[in-house]
Amino acid sequence: MSPDILRLIAQSTADTLYMVAVATLLGTLVGLPLGVFLATSRKGELLAAAWANAALGLLVNATRSTPFIILVVAIIPFTRLVAGTSIGTTAAIVPLTVAATPFIARLVEAAVREVDQGLVEAARAMGATPIQIVAKVLIPEALPGIVLGLTLAVVSLIGFSAIVGVVGGGGLGDLGIRYGYQRFMPDVMATVVVVLIVLVQGVQSLGDRLARRVNKRLRRA
Amino acid sequence: MNAPVINAGAGPSGTTPVDALVRFQGVTKTYPARRGSAAVEALAGIDLAVPRGSILGVIGRSGAGKSTLIRLVNGLERPTHGSVFVDGVDVAALAEAELREVRRSIGMIFQHFNLLSSRTVYGNAALPLEIAGLRPAEIRARVEPLLDLVGLADKRDRYPAELSGGQKQRVGIARALATKPKVLLSDEATSALDPETTRSILDLLGTINRELGLTILLITHEMVVIRGIAHRVAVIDGGRIVEEGDVFDIFTRPQNATTRSFLADETGRNLPAFVAGRLRPEPVAGGQTVLRIVFRGPFATHPVLSQLSRALGIDVNILGGAVDAIAGRPFGALVVGIPSEAAVLARTLSFLAERGLDREVIGHVA
Ligand SMILES: Nc1ncnc2c1ncn2[C@@H]1O[C@H](COP(=O)(O)OP(=O)(O)OP(=O)(O)O)[C@@H](O)[C@H]1O
Ligand SMILES: [Mg+2]
Repeated sequence: MSPDILRLIAQSTADTLYMVAVATLLGTLVGLPLGVFLATSRKGELLAAAWANAALGLLVNATRSTPFIILVVAIIPFTRLVAGTSIGTTAAIVPLTVAATPFIARLVEAAVREVDQGLVEAARAMGATPIQIVAKVLIPEALPGIVLGLTLAVVSLIGFSAIVGVVGGGGLGDLGIRYGYQRFMPDVMATVVVVLIVLVQGVQSLGDRLARRVNKRLRRA
Repeated sequence: MNAPVINAGAGPSGTTPVDALVRFQGVTKTYPARRGSAAVEALAGIDLAVPRGSILGVIGRSGAGKSTLIRLVNGLERPTHGSVFVDGVDVAALAEAELREVRRSIGMIFQHFNLLSSRTVYGNAALPLEIAGLRPAEIRARVEPLLDLVGLADKRDRYPAELSGGQKQRVGIARALATKPKVLLSDEATSALDPETTRSILDLLGTINRELGLTILLITHEMVVIRGIAHRVAVIDGGRIVEEGDVFDIFTRPQNATTRSFLADETGRNLPAFVAGRLRPEPVAGGQTVLRIVFRGPFATHPVLSQLSRALGIDVNILGGAVDAIAGRPFGALVVGIPSEAAVLARTLSFLAERGLDREVIGHVA
């Protein structure tokens, strides 16, 4: 492969990492509180707000059930509003974030619901406020599950980021399609696939390690 | 000789009027009907007082309403009717924010410990103080002596997953004591522990009660817990208190059928199998009548039996029995057989009555 192509691959990898990183960050910023709220706001729960829970749950489901490629196109006006353009790597972050947020919210919700209700009860018995219970009990106890959920989200986003190539998002997927497929350069295609595999593998094992690090439920020798 | 029953003054019973730290007054609790299930009356007309500085044990079967009862004290549950006073404050009437304040003066320990797996021993014991907004230095000054008290100073930086059940409950106790509560609530705190560990946890609770003067309300389904540390006991069945009193009195003179069933395995209550299997309700000619004799307080068993044989000229056959101490007071029960004759029985009963011994005809054997 020519140095130009190699530079392109490096640039695309950087673009992918940039899109995924920013989308994960923004998605977590919104998805984490949203997930905690979904996990604690049904009737009779800590933050009981059944209507808000139902409404947000519906919104989350609607977003999650829309195929990503349709989502990308459907929210182009919104993307233009937020990013100033609908084309390019930065613009691609918008649909990625919109897809990541409800996904992360559901994963966080599941992790928080796993926390033993006995702990919530103990904290209530200590006189903790609902906010204290969330901050001192639910999130720390759900952390291993949240870390695994975020890992899953990042892996999914790496896949999604390949699709935003369709709207000129750049990144590895875009490179694979334009050079590997349209210009028929199988070596580029193969390299792209290998880089993606390495990325996913790396993210997954990093996530697993981190989750194990924060999980104090395991007995260590 | 068998001295008459002397009230050895164990526990703060009998002090009238009782200075109750916790008092239930006409409390009922009904869980409303849900889809597919009818309403449940978990508690019905509860009047109960926990004297300041004492240990009150509430015993009952599964579903009797024990957890509901104890959860009313710190407002985790609200009564349908009635009041629950803690140090003069009706917690049932408090708004959530006021209740949070009151909860900081009430410690609670749980059957499954409910420790945060993400926090060390120190971190767990510190949690209620963090919640109360204390500074780290104040927290350290409070928590470290407590870890010493419960014997876990060397496990300070361990996580719950690295502790045994008994050690976990010690952390639970340290955590419950951190805010210097007025009362400690214990919901089946030893039910997940083996007998030896149960013993050590009960000893720790007893020490805390004596040395810190802490009032303890504990619930259990095991008589061994009651006899281990409680001063007073209340028996709960179907949401009602069916019997309540001094532990020694309840153990030695249970009135209620539920209480008796809890005592079935206790001192001298169990008939030996070879007797139980042959027991009949009617006397058998030439057979024996089986009596249970209960000795309360300081006593010696032998003189009574030998005197009985001599005075009445009958053979007394010892079938079973045990001697023990309950709430620090000696107590014994003997199961004996005497010849099945109406006159012998009447004279034996009056002989025992004269000596102030409790007696009960259990049945007859051939
Ligand atoms: N939140 C609830 N909703 C409906 N019914 C309840 C609820 N909590 C308890 N009950 C019912 O109230 C009754 C008393 O329950 P409680 O938990 O107080 O019993 P318990 O004596 O603690 O039993 P155990 O020894 O099994 O813990 C039971 O019939 C139970 O099914
Ligand atoms: Mg219970």
